[in-house]
This record gives sequence, C-alpha cells and structure tokens, in this order.
Amino acid sequence: MTSGAINPPAERAWPRLDRLGTLLVAAGAAALAGLPFVVVKANRLVPGEPRALTEVLPPTGSAACLAPLVVLSLVALFVARPRLRLAAALAALVGLSVTLALAADALTPPHNRVVRIAAGGGFWVVLVCLGLLATDAITRLRPGPGRRVLFLAGALTFVVAALASGFFDHLSVMREYQVNAERFGRELRQHVLLALGSLLAAVVAGAPLGVLCHRIPRIREGILGTLNVIQTVPAIALFGILMAPLGALAAAWPLLERIGVRGIGAAPAAVALFLYSLLPIVANTVLGLKRVSRAAVEAARGMGMMPRQVLWRIELPLALPVILTGIRVVLVQNIGMVTVAALIGGGGLGTFVFQGIGQTAIDLVLLGAIPIVVLAFCAAVLLDALVEVMDRVKQ
Amino acid sequence: MITIENLSKRYGDNTVVDDVSMQIEKNSITVIVGTSGSGKSTLLRMINRLVEPSAGRVLLEGRDTRSEPAHLLRRRIGYAIQGHGLFPHRTVAENIATVPRLLGWAPERVKARVEELLHVFQLDPAKYSAAFPHELSGGQQQRVGVARALAAEPQVLLMDEPFGALDPIIRAKAQEDLLDIQRRFGTTVVLVTHDMDEAFHLGDRVAVMSGGRLLQYDEPAQLLTHPADPFVSRMTGLGDRALRLLSLTSAAAVALPGAAPGPKLQASASLREALSEMLWSGSQSCEVIGIEGGAPAHLTVDAILEHARPG
Ligand SMILES: Nc1ncnc2c1ncn2[C@@H]1O[C@H](COP(=O)(O)OP(=O)(O)O)[C@@H](O)[C@H]1O
Ligand SMILES: [Mg+2]
Repeated sequence: MTSGAINPPAERAWPRLDRLGTLLVAAGAAALAGLPFVVVKANRLVPGEPRALTEVLPPTGSAACLAPLVVLSLVALFVARPRLRLAAALAALVGLSVTLALAADALTPPHNRVVRIAAGGGFWVVLVCLGLLATDAITRLRPGPGRRVLFLAGALTFVVAALASGFFDHLSVMREYQVNAERFGRELRQHVLLALGSLLAAVVAGAPLGVLCHRIPRIREGILGTLNVIQTVPAIALFGILMAPLGALAAAWPLLERIGVRGIGAAPAAVALFLYSLLPIVANTVLGLKRVSRAAVEAARGMGMMPRQVLWRIELPLALPVILTGIRVVLVQNIGMVTVAALIGGGGLGTFVFQGIGQTAIDLVLLGAIPIVVLAFCAAVLLDALVEVMDRVKQ
Repeated sequence: MITIENLSKRYGDNTVVDDVSMQIEKNSITVIVGTSGSGKSTLLRMINRLVEPSAGRVLLEGRDTRSEPAHLLRRRIGYAIQGHGLFPHRTVAENIATVPRLLGWAPERVKARVEELLHVFQLDPAKYSAAFPHELSGGQQQRVGVARALAAEPQVLLMDEPFGALDPIIRAKAQEDLLDIQRRFGTTVVLVTHDMDEAFHLGDRVAVMSGGRLLQYDEPAQLLTHPADPFVSRMTGLGDRALRLLSLTSAAAVALPGAAPGPKLQASASLREALSEMLWSGSQSCEVIGIEGGAPAHLTVDAILEHARPG
C-alpha cells in the first residue's frame, strides 16, 4: 500500500436525493394511482362512487393542471434550496385545488343540485404531502416571527378569496356551506367566543392564583394538585358533572337563567373550558416566576421597590414568555375542546361535526372539522410568534 | 455614620447574627469578613432592612432606621450584590435609572445622572446606554451594577460580595475603581467578602465574623498585630502576616530623605512591593520617586524590616 495517497471522493452522477422529498413524492404518487381522486355521490347521504384522477378530466385539462405537480416532484427530489421548494409546493397546491374544482365542474350535470362531488382519498393524501413539503421548506427558511404571521395572513386571505370567488362551488363541502352559510357564521363566532372567553377568564383568575402559589409555597401543592385532577376528568364527564349544579342554580335564581346560566348550553361548556384552562395558566405562571433571576428580584427589593412594583416591573415581565406559552397551550386546546361543547348545546363548529355524524353526512362533518383545524393552527402560529418576540426582547 | 446596637437575628432556634454592635464611620470603607455562613450577609441586610432584626437596632445619622417605611429607607441606601442582579429586560440606562425614577426625579436630571455615571465607570454612553445587560462582559455588568447602586447619590453603599463572580484581573480593576469612586463621592461603603486579601486591600476598618458573632472590629494592622481571638489570626493567616503587615504601609509614609542606589519605586507602592523589588534586584536599598515636593528619597531593607513586626 502506498501511503499518503488520498482518493478523491467519487463524482456523483446525480445530485443527492432529498429524503423527505422522496418519501412524500412516493406517497403522493401511490395515492394518486391507487386511491380515488374524487367521489361522486347521487346525493349527500349515499355512499359514493370512486373516480381516479385519469377518469375525471379530459386529457389536455388534466395535463395542464398536473404540470405543477410534476415540477414539484422533481424539485422535491433534487433541489435543496428552500425558496424554490416552497414556491413549487405552493404552485402544486394551487394546481391540485384547481384540478379538483375542474373535476367537480365536469362531473356535475347542469342544473343538478343533488349530486355531490367530494374530494377522495387520493386528493387528501396529496394535499397532506404538499402541506408537509411547504412546512418543511418554511422551517428550512427559518423566517422570523413577523414573517411567519404575515405569511399565514397572506395564505389565509388567498384561501378565503378563492373560496368566495365561487370557483369551488361545485365541491360537496362548499355545497354544504351554501346550505348552512348563515349558521356557519354564527357557529364560527360562537366557537371563537367560547375558546377566547374561557381563556380570558382563565388568565384573569389563573395568573393571580399563580402569583399566590409562588408567594405562598404552602398552598402551591394543593392548588396545582386540584387543577391536575380536573384536567384528568374527560370533557364529556365534566360537562355532565357541571349540569347538575348549574341547573340547580338556574332553577333557584331565574335571573341567572335569563342571562344564560343553565344545565345545558354554553354555560357548562364555558365553565368546563375555564376549569381545563386553569392548570396550564397557573402552572406556567408559577414556573415563569420561579425562573426569574433571584438576584434581580433581590436587587429590586434592595433598591426600594415595593412588593407590588417588584411584581409588575420585574417578575411578571420576566415571566411573561413562559406565561404566554401556557396561554398558547390553552388556546389551541380550547379550540379543539369547544367542539365537544356542541354535544350539550353549547354551539360552535362542533354542531356541524356531530350533526354530520348523526346523518352520516361526511361533508357536513368536514364543514365543521376543517375550520377547527385551521383555527387551531392559526392560534398556534400567532402565539408562537408572540412568545418568540417576547423572548427576544427579554433575553 | 451608621450605629449598630446589639443587633441579633434568629431563625427559629438558629441565631444567625448574635448581639453585634459596631460604629461605621462616615466616608470610610468598612469590610465585613468571615467564613461562609457566618452571618455577614444577614448583618448587612439588616442595615437596609431587607432582613428585620430579632433584637437591637440600627441608627443612620443618629436616626433609627425603623422611623420610616423600609422601601423609602432603601432608596436612600445603595445596594450592590454578587452576580450584579441587573434587570435583563431593561437597558443599561434604564437599569441605572431605577432608583432616581422611583424617587420621581425629572427625566432630564435622570438622563444627565446616567450619562455621568457611565463616564465615571468608563462605559461610552453612546455605545452602552441602549445595550441590554446580556450584551456586556462580566466586568461591565458588575460596573453597571455598582453605577446603579450609586445612581441616586446615596450616602451609604452596601455591597454583598460584589466582586465574587469576577476573575482575578478584572476583580483587581474593580477594586481600584471602588477605591477611586469612594474617594470621589465620599460614600460610606460597607462591603461583605470572604476574601481576606480583598478585606485588607479595601478596608479602612475590618470586622471579622464567625458563627454570627463579631470577633474583632479594627484597623487591618491591628488585626495582624493584636488579634482578639485565635480565629482572627487564623483568618488573617499566620504564614505571611509579616508581609501582609508590610502591604498596609506605603513607601511614601516611611521613606528616608536623600538619594540611594537601587531600583526605582513609586511612592504609592507598598513596603511589601518595595521589599520584593529589592530582593529581586539583590539591592540593599531603593530609590523612591514621586514623593510630594519632588525631594529625593530612599528606602533600605533594614528600614522596611522595622515595620514587619508588631509594636
Ligand atoms: N431566611 C433564612 N431562613 C433561615 N436561615 C437563614 C435565612 N437566611 C440565612 N440563614 C442562615 O443564616 C446563616 C448565615 O447566613 P448568611 O448571613 O447568608 O451568611 P454569609 O453571608 O456569612 O455566608 C446561614 O447558616 C444561613 O443558612
Ligand atoms: Mg453571604
């Protein structure tokens, strides 16, 4: 063996395959080949007839719509630059959606409002794959909190404008929306109101409770333990438990009933959500305060700040990022949990979900479920950005 | 002047500070020294009432410190601690302005004072005013901590191991800065440390504590020559007490008139440094320069040794 000779690394004939890209492209291609792209139903309740992508569009139309998907596949496999990957994923999302809308148009007989054209498994799998590719590209771009929020707002505006344009009106979910448009607005508002209202109440009550727990270690275990137990009670059971006392209250004081306190309806839902929200708020307030530099607090007291001033000027501002993390957990959790409130007449988007389940009308379920997911996602992005901004300032 | 009268602090059965009495002179630096857990911090914190005494009292300029609300008392007393305790969410300028703002100073006066202090502590206001504490080096953070403690021109400055977290070179610099500033503002400084060298270097008077009791409160030289307790001798160090004693006297104080051969030495140097120089150069004498009036002066080994003994 000759020493000192270093073999140059073998030249690659092909650029390295992107791992995540390979996985997602394979999954998407398999789904398009093996699963129906749309489902055609004679009406909203009967099971549908699956149609593959190749069956639903004239060859020229489908080729034009699917070109972005092909381009994306190549980009996802071989291109490392996140900007390009993001652009390709977004273009493919648009192409996929347009394909779906065109398929719905083509399959709907003229003047027929009974036939339903729904997105099939193939569409959903590809949609998820594209979403993952876009998210991955955004993560690789490491945008700051401001950019992330702007991007979210832009995407949301675009989607809402596209849906409002009427281009997607032949799709079954949009059909379901047209029938329920007025109720949709009301339930959406109710959903947000319940989630935000119970969060607000939990912050107003929980933050002072957290401060108290921090100041008086003796009561900390008891309070956190109790809140922990409440968290372990399933939502439905908690609603049930609350029905009796709230019903009794309403019976005893008719005035309370007039303002909405009843055994069923929004009141027990709001109370239950409030109770669930307390633990993350209190626990994070305690944790946040505990992590405040002891030297800073000692210096603040030593320089003549009164306890109130130490709390408001030093401890709470420094604990804020951790408290905000708790608020994020609560908000996302509440948006999901409000869904269940529909079961006891609390309203919200869950109404559509449970009605849909009752009628085996999957489109109605989606009309409730999709906005819930979008709401939770937006809440998470917004609050994550806020936490990051706070953390940057404080640190 | 601070008068401490029969001050005690008990936590349950544990007496942490035990019947301590002492007088702290105006415009001086008093160092409280002792092993860890000897009650130094507790004693210091009873002066600004961060700890309320179990017995005894503290007088500030003859007035009982309990005659006003604790937070108002503390705004009149500077307080600097180990690890600086700067507020991480506030800029350097805001940190320094803490007490002036609590006192309701006019914004222009606060601003002027902050700039003055930044200059005194050799921090360029243009560069550091708007910086956050985590952007500074350890030494700079510590200086801002002391500047903040001095912001409202307090008569008294309490310091609890203020240089404990600094590395030796920066610590030496911080000590010189403190001596400068004490001279400039005439502040009465009470400083806690467990470092005997620091105590001897900074203290006009040194209080030695052990187990909550004040064993001896005296000038540094007296602690060496007349220790009140075997513990005091152990604290001051038996092995190099002669050299320690020499380090307390300056060359200027004992220089002899007339020129002499040997190395040149600044008048502000200590006898310990003078002796070291002569041993190093193998000379029996050295020339002292920079004496007031400019007269020639010198020191001899024999003259120095005269001062290395008690009495
Ligand atoms: N709040 C307190 N409760 C109970 N014991 C305390 C408290 N503060 C201090 N001590 C005890 O008092 C003793 C002296 O503490 P300290 O004054 O901080 O000592 P030093 O500053 O000399 O190290 C230590 O043994 C410490 O454990
Ligand atoms: Mg201490």
